[in-house]
Amino acid sequence: MNTQVTIAGVDFKNPVTVGSGTFGSGMEYSDFVDLSRLGAVTTKGVAPTPWEGNPTPRVCEVYSGMLNAIGLQNPGIEVFCERDIPFLKQFDTKIIVNVCGKTEEEYEAVVERLSDEPIDMLEINVSCPNVKEGAIAFGQNAQALEHITHRIKEKAKQPVIMKLSPNVTDITEMARAAEAAGADAISLINTITGMKIDVGRRTFALANKTGGLSGPAIRPVAVRMVYQCAQTVQIPIIGMGGIATAEDALEFILAGATMVAVGAMNFVDPSTTIRVIDGIGDYMRTQQVDDIRDLIGAVH
Amino acid sequence: MKQKTKAKVILHKKLQEGIYDLRLGTDLAQDARAGRFIGIYTSDRSKLLPRPISICEYDRDGNMLRLVYRVTGPNTGTEEISHLTPGDDVDILGILGNGYDTEMIAANYAHPVIMGGGIGIPPMLGLARELDEAYHGKGNITSILGYRDSNLFLAKGFEDSSKVYIATEDGSAGTHGNVLDVMKQNEHFDISAAGETADVMDTNLATCDVILACGPMPMLRAIAAYAREKNIKAYVSLEERMACGIGACLGCITKTRGIDGHSHVHNARICTDGPVFDADDLDL
Repeated sequence: MNTQVTIAGVDFKNPVTVGSGTFGSGMEYSDFVDLSRLGAVTTKGVAPTPWEGNPTPRVCEVYSGMLNAIGLQNPGIEVFCERDIPFLKQFDTKIIVNVCGKTEEEYEAVVERLSDEPIDMLEINVSCPNVKEGAIAFGQNAQALEHITHRIKEKAKQPVIMKLSPNVTDITEMARAAEAAGADAISLINTITGMKIDVGRRTFALANKTGGLSGPAIRPVAVRMVYQCAQTVQIPIIGMGGIATAEDALEFILAGATMVAVGAMNFVDPSTTIRVIDGIGDYMRTQQVDDIRDLIGAVH
Repeated sequence: MKQKTKAKVILHKKLQEGIYDLRLGTDLAQDARAGRFIGIYTSDRSKLLPRPISICEYDRDGNMLRLVYRVTGPNTGTEEISHLTPGDDVDILGILGNGYDTEMIAANYAHPVIMGGGIGIPPMLGLARELDEAYHGKGNITSILGYRDSNLFLAKGFEDSSKVYIATEDGSAGTHGNVLDVMKQNEHFDISAAGETADVMDTNLATCDVILACGPMPMLRAIAAYAREKNIKAYVSLEERMACGIGACLGCITKTRGIDGHSHVHNARICTDGPVFDADDLDL
């Protein structure tokens, strides 16, 4: 039985990674999960310098999901390279580094700093809804997305995944822009911008007023968008959005995703990734599927 | 590997309107200590996140954790938890957070004063017991408990290991006011003038050299400011909206004076760097 998948020449032992920002740098989960079992660890977004993030409250729960407005708090690329990459290299898993910035130059600075680091892929976060500058501004306009993708592809030594925002009218337009600019893969979806009001206190539940909605509540939207993009572009897709079980992951794969990422559900049960990986194996055995690749995009 | 586990409800009762006392059978009790907490899950699949609830008391020999919690409103996770009955299984994650270092406190300070406010009182009960052990029953521990009114849940329990003072917002029991009002009433207590008739505990309050506090943020802010002014050490346990409880989501940060070890900014993670902090390290 083969569970290995390949994206841009990088082989992953199985198609399961984690959503950036839901797994720290892996260190926080290493007491709960054997990181060597994961296809890849996708790290929390890293910027050129440390970012403080947003005021609290930063998270709140909603029906079958949660809102977050962390604001990409991160230690900056130097600490990340010195501390987090060596930690992850102890495990037999691939490393996907999520990159964020306020300007194109900041994204480039991180990408260039990573060029000689022993990591496998870059994921470019142009879709975080919780920071005022940069980030989503690049992900909601096809021309801006194409431009930044071009610039990053010129500097990047590792294959580049562009992480797309669902907060657009037509996500296939964004997928096409990323592909046209040379992206090696796309990942989707980032969170959907939402809001919760605390009726008792008559104020916003989050200090940032708005936050990104994640969790099972968004899964049908995410599956639909992965399907639409799979019908539109040739580059591989990493699908995510509320994956809680192997069946959820398989929906994304059948819709056209080559890999999947477990996101908010890591917060709910730290061992969700392992249950998903084991469940995919069980499904393949039960359904007599010899190769996971036969399932990718099988529903169309 | 650590993981989400099942605990058995041993006993569950209402202490007063909205405040519940839950005893869980779990071997996680072995890792319990005052100030630490667990995540407790509901069985409602639309409510995903574990509810962080501090440990009130624990019994390592009996593998028991006691949680005393407040129902935060109708249709909330805590309301669902309040319907658990003995024999039920409940999913929990833990033990989480750092807790109070009672050995260190006993080694460095002579007159500890515990301050608990509202639903911040339960974890201080376990702390009072732990401190009493750490000081080998010297009888030098004082607890000041702040309530809204004369529904004084858990107050009796503190009497086993400490001298207890009560403050109520409505004045219906103890001092009319808050926990610091009790402190201020006693700070000019003249030990020599009182002579042999002095209550040794009152002198402990007047000579307090460390405060250990849990309660609402305005109370903790006031305590931190008071402690700084009086040159008293203070350790406070904080709460904040949490998602993961294990230090990954960065949802529950608190501002720090120095650079934090995780993100190299000024944000400590309440769930893993805390919830107990040296108040001097915080920018409350």
